[in-house]
Amino acid sequence: MSEYILEMNHITKEFSGVKALDDVNIQVRKGEIHALCGENGAGKSTLMNVLSGVYPHGTYEGDIVYKGEHCVFHNLRDSEAKGIVIIHQELALSPLLSVAENVFLGNERTSMKGVIDWTETRRRAQEMLARVGLEHENVNVPVNTLGVGKQQLIEIAKAMAKKVELLILDEPTAALNDEESRKLLDIMLELKRQGITCIIISHKLNEIEYVSDSVTIIRDGKTIETLVKGVDDYSEDRVIKAMVGREMTNRYPVREGVEIGNVIFEVKNWNVFHPDDENRQMLKNINLQVRSGEVVGLAGLMGAGRTELAMSLFGRSYGQKISGQVFINGQEVHLKTVKDAVKNKLAYISEDRKTYGLNLIGDVKENMTIAARPFFFSRHGVINANDEIVAAEEYRKRIKVKTNSINQVVGSLSGGNQQKVVVSKWMMTQPDVLIMDEPTRGIDVGAKYEIYCVINELAQAGKAVIVISSEMPEIIGTCDRIYVINDGEIAGELTKEEVSQEKIMQCIMAHNRKGDGDGNEE
Amino acid sequence: METKSKKVVNMDMKQYGMFFALIIIYLVFAILTKSANTTPMNVNNLIMQNGYVVILAIGMLLCVLTGNIDLGVGSVVAVCGSVAGIIMMDYKMNMWIAIIAALLVGFLVGVFAGFFIAYLGIPPFVTTLATMLMGRGLTYTLLQAQTKGPFDQAYNFIGAGFLPVIKIPFGDGTLDLVSIAVAIVASVILVISEFKSYATKKKYGFAVNPTWQIALKLAAMLFIIWFFFYKLSRYNGLPFVLLIMVVLIAIYGFITSKTVAGRQIYALGGNRKAANLSGIDTKKVFFWVYVNMGVLSSIAGIVLSARNGSATPKAGDGFEMDAIASCYIGGAAVAGGAGTIVGAVVGAFIMGILNNGMSLFGWSTDIQKIVKGAVLLGAVTADLMSKRKKA
Repeated sequence: MSEYILEMNHITKEFSGVKALDDVNIQVRKGEIHALCGENGAGKSTLMNVLSGVYPHGTYEGDIVYKGEHCVFHNLRDSEAKGIVIIHQELALSPLLSVAENVFLGNERTSMKGVIDWTETRRRAQEMLARVGLEHENVNVPVNTLGVGKQQLIEIAKAMAKKVELLILDEPTAALNDEESRKLLDIMLELKRQGITCIIISHKLNEIEYVSDSVTIIRDGKTIETLVKGVDDYSEDRVIKAMVGREMTNRYPVREGVEIGNVIFEVKNWNVFHPDDENRQMLKNINLQVRSGEVVGLAGLMGAGRTELAMSLFGRSYGQKISGQVFINGQEVHLKTVKDAVKNKLAYISEDRKTYGLNLIGDVKENMTIAARPFFFSRHGVINANDEIVAAEEYRKRIKVKTNSINQVVGSLSGGNQQKVVVSKWMMTQPDVLIMDEPTRGIDVGAKYEIYCVINELAQAGKAVIVISSEMPEIIGTCDRIYVINDGEIAGELTKEEVSQEKIMQCIMAHNRKGDGDGNEE
Repeated sequence: METKSKKVVNMDMKQYGMFFALIIIYLVFAILTKSANTTPMNVNNLIMQNGYVVILAIGMLLCVLTGNIDLGVGSVVAVCGSVAGIIMMDYKMNMWIAIIAALLVGFLVGVFAGFFIAYLGIPPFVTTLATMLMGRGLTYTLLQAQTKGPFDQAYNFIGAGFLPVIKIPFGDGTLDLVSIAVAIVASVILVISEFKSYATKKKYGFAVNPTWQIALKLAAMLFIIWFFFYKLSRYNGLPFVLLIMVVLIAIYGFITSKTVAGRQIYALGGNRKAANLSGIDTKKVFFWVYVNMGVLSSIAGIVLSARNGSATPKAGDGFEMDAIASCYIGGAAVAGGAGTIVGAVVGAFIMGILNNGMSLFGWSTDIQKIVKGAVLLGAVTADLMSKRKKA
C-alpha cells in the first residue's frame, strides 16, 4: 500500500472542447488535511466533482486511485459508499426539518424498510453532533433556527453519519465570521485526530496556512505545484505567487493623489429596531462621518449590526422605528425608499450578490443599468437603449468584466465577474457615497485586486466610500479610518496609523466588557 | 475601432423557433384538411376566434413575467360581458356607457386582486383562484343563469365587424383595396425599421447579422404579412378585432421592451429582492400588473360578448388556461423573468391554429384538449431541455 489514500492521475476534463482540467495530478496522504488552491475558474470544483462522481467515469480522462483501488464512480452514491463525502459551498440542508432528520437525510435510520426509527435517529444524531462539538444542541429544532456556522457543522455531522473517510469541504468558511471559522477549522483538526482525511478548498489563505498539511495549487486547469508544510515555503505570499503566476507584492494597491476633503456623509443619532420585534434595538445612537475622498471601514464581528446599519440607511431597507438624521453634502436627506437613496447619491452594494444584487437570468447590460435607468437612461419612462449599450460597454472595459459580450447571462459568469457587474451597476448611478458590504467575498485574488482598484478610483474622484468587511486585513489594507462596531453600537474609531487586527479585537472586547458591566448595574 | 466592419454574428435561430413551429403546424393542417384552413373565410375566423385569447395572453404574459399567473381572467371576461349586457338590455342605456362600465369593472377587479397580492402579500395563485370562483358566481347571479341578448349591431361591431372596404372584382370573387393598402404600409414600415436598426447598430459599432440572414428574415415576414392580408382582402376585409389586437401588441411590445416600467417587471421576475434593492417598488409593479390584467380581461369580455351578440354565464370558461398556455408555449419562463409579448401572441396563435385545424379535420373537442395538453408539455419540455444543454 502506498502512503497515499487518494491519487488522481492525469485527469483531463473537457466541456464542449474547452479543457477545464488539463492533466491534473494530486496526491493526498492518509490522515492529512490537504488544501486545494486556485483562482475562481481554475478548476478546483470541477476536480472535486470528478472525484465524487458528479461527472461520471468515462466523461473524463485519467485515473483515480483510492485506497489502492482504481475507482469507477458513476454517481455521488458510488463515491459515498466508499466513504468520500463532499460538502458544497451552498449548504444542502432542508431548512424546516429537524437537526436529527437533516443529519440522516438520504441515509435514514429505519426499523423496517422505509419506516423511520425516530429514537435511533435522535440518539445517533446526538452522537454525531458530539463529534463536531455540538453536544449541547437540541436535535429536534428546525435547522433554520441555527446560525450558518452551526449549520455548516451539521453538514459535517451528516458526513460523519455516512462513515466518511475522505471529507471534501468546498469553501466551508465563506459565509462564516472569524470566530465561527476558527471553530470550524479546529473541528477539522479534531477530525484529523480521529483519522479522517480532509480536502479543503478555500480562498482564505490564512486558514489554509493554519489548518492544512499540504497544499496543491491549480491554475487554468493545470496543477502548478504541491507544497508541504515544514518542507516548503508555506507562506501566504508563496501560495499567492503560485496561484496568480506572478509575484503579488502588494495585495492592496496604493492610493495616490487623493485629497481628503469636507464631510460629505454624516449620520447622527441613528437608532433602528428589529423588523420583527419592535422592542429589540439593533442599532443604538450611531454617529459617523465620511469625508470626500476618504475610505472608511466598518469592522466588527458577524451580527454586530454593520449590514443592518448600511441597509437601514439605504432607503430603510431594514428595520423599523428608525430615528436619526442623515446628511449628504451638507443637506439633511430623508431616505424613505431605495429610490430616494439613489436620487440623493447614496449607493449600497449588498454582501450577498446572488440574493440581493443580481438578476441571474438577466444579461450583463440589464443588470448594470437597472438601478441607474430611471435617472440616466430614460426620458418620460422610455428607455434609451443605445445609451445603455454604450454605458455597459464602457464599464465592462473599465473594470474588466470578463464576459463574451454585454448580452451574456450573468448567472454564467464567475463570482468575481458577477461582483464586478454589481459594482458597475452602482457606479452607474453616479453616487457620492458608496457603501460596499463584503465587496470581495468569495472572489479570487485577481478579482479582489481589481475591486480594490475601483475603490481607489472612487476615492480619487472625491467620493465617500464605506467598506464593510469581515476580513480584517482587507479593512486595514483599504481604509483610511475605521469604525469598530459591536452589538449595534460604535465601539471605537481607529485611524490608519494606529489600526491593527489586535487593536480592533481589543476594541470589541473592551466594548463587550462595558456592555456586561451595564447589564449588571440594571 | 478598426474591427468595426468585421462585427457580424449569426442570428439566434432559437428566437424564431416559435415562428417555424407556427408555420409548420399551419402547413401540416393545410395538407391534412386539403387546404380548408387556408380559405379566406377560415383565415378570417382564425383572427376573430383567437382575438380574445391573444388579448388575454398579452396581459397574462406580464403576470407570468413576475413568476405568477392569474386564474381569474375567464371569470372576469364573463363578469364584464354580463355587466355590459345588463346595462344595454335591462337599463336600455347607450353602448358607450356599457363599455366604460365593463372596463371599470375589470379595473376594479384588478385593483382588488392587486391589493391582496401586492400589499397584503397573499400568493397570486390563491388570490386569483378566489377571484375566479367569485367572478363566476357573480356572473351567474347577475345573469340569473340566463343568456342576455341579442345585443345591438353597433355593439356587436367590436367583435364581429369589419373596417371599411373598397371592393373590386377579382378572380372568382372580390378584392378589398383597403387591406392591400394596409399590407403595403406594413411592408414599408417593416423594411424601413429593419434598415434603421441596421444603421444604428453600424453607427454604434455593434455586431450585425449577415446580410443574407436579414434578407431571409425580411422575406419570411413579408410573406406572412401578404398571405394574411391577401386572404382577408378576398373575404370581408380587415376585422375590427385585428385592429384592437395590433394596437395592443404594439403598445405592450413597446412597454415590455422599451420602458422603465416594463423592464422593472423582468427585474422583479428575475430576482425580487435584488429588484427591491435596486430602487424598484416591487409592490407597485405587482399591483399594476394585476390591475392591467383586469382591464385587458374586460376588453376581452367586451370583444367576446360582441362577437356572440350576447352575454352568457359560461362565457370565458377556461380562457385563463388558454392564456397561460400561450405564454408558456411562447417561451416565457415558468419561474418568471423571461418571455416576450410576441412570443405569447405566437403561442396563442399556435393554440388557435391547432383548435381550428383539428375542428376542420373533424376531431372532437375532447381529442383537441388531449392534443393541446401534449403540445403545451412538449413545448415547455423542448424549451427547458435546450436551455439545459446550453448551460
